[in-house]
Amino acid sequence: MKIILALILGTLFGFVLQRVGATDSRKIWGMLTLRDLHLAKAILFAIGVSSIVLFAGMSIGIIDAGHLSVKSSYNGVIVGGMLLGLGWAIAGYCPGTGVAAMGEGKPDAFVYVLGGLAGAFLYTLSYGAIADSWLFSPIGGGKVTLAATGEYSALIATPSAMLVALVLGGLFAAFAVLAPKKI
Amino acid sequence: MRQYWSWITSGTALAICFLLAVILVKPIGVSTQFVIADGVLWSLFDDSLITTDTDSKSGYASTNAYLDKSGGKYAAAVENPINYSFLFVLAMIFGAWLASRFNRPTTPPDTASQPVCRLGDQRSARLLRAFIGGAIVLFGARLAGGCTSGHMMSGMMQTSLSGYLFAAGAFAVAVPTAIFLYGRR
Repeated sequence: MKIILALILGTLFGFVLQRVGATDSRKIWGMLTLRDLHLAKAILFAIGVSSIVLFAGMSIGIIDAGHLSVKSSYNGVIVGGMLLGLGWAIAGYCPGTGVAAMGEGKPDAFVYVLGGLAGAFLYTLSYGAIADSWLFSPIGGGKVTLAATGEYSALIATPSAMLVALVLGGLFAAFAVLAPKKI
Repeated sequence: MRQYWSWITSGTALAICFLLAVILVKPIGVSTQFVIADGVLWSLFDDSLITTDTDSKSGYASTNAYLDKSGGKYAAAVENPINYSFLFVLAMIFGAWLASRFNRPTTPPDTASQPVCRLGDQRSARLLRAFIGGAIVLFGARLAGGCTSGHMMSGMMQTSLSGYLFAAGAFAVAVPTAIFLYGRR
């Protein structure tokens, strides 16, 4: 069953990434040079709406909080994020959009994925040497969320996680609506 | 220029993807699967890379520290690549192909909107940038423990602190780098 879901959900995600323009490196450069915020508005809106629906679904018990998977916070998240940002601006793709763009038959995306395999391999070989370094010192308690989920510890301890999610999600959605299409 | 959805349709469609995934299975993530693909290729040349290990949580262990971490989670996926997360990423390739198949450009490709990079725009330079950029992105994503899908979209949807830290780091470098390379016009 999970295998079939993987095929359906993966196909859907690849399809959507193409249709939103995320597999078009020109759109990525447009966003990162702040000339064309179409994608930024879409991403902010998606985060806001999905967050509100997720927490609403969990609070009324139709979404299983056991399906959540919160990643750990540590120094390497910021350093790795910065490296990803550097490569993202250079290549015009992030991992998901690079894979999808390869499906569209773009030669540069194919080369990007080869580069990605090389970078991931280099990391696989390096991990043993850096595993005990400052890069993996936790930040803010490791696996934490802002709104309470019942599964992980929360930074904002209020009785209503739904309210926290509504405020955060509402802010993202409001930014999406108010941000100009071009600066 | 190809025809893309409006930002609000795009955002709604992305939200549906990320919600469906977490409701039905688990949050979307992509970058781990580059490691699994590497491991599958590597194990073709090195029979001793992955071993069965009844003491590890996943039942598998590896001579490589990264594949061995978290109870041999990655080692198990390398040994059995027909799993949810790996097939999800393979299916993305098909999905994007399907979408582009029915989304032919209505006009000839608009070459004027191709940004001009100050490091040169010959075909070889563009491909070299794609390779180097890809290597930096995946090294960074693995150090961070996730990428734009796993940390930024799935993470911030769950209000995970890590998603905010990741997004701050990524945009703080990506925006100035893009402006330096491609300018504002």
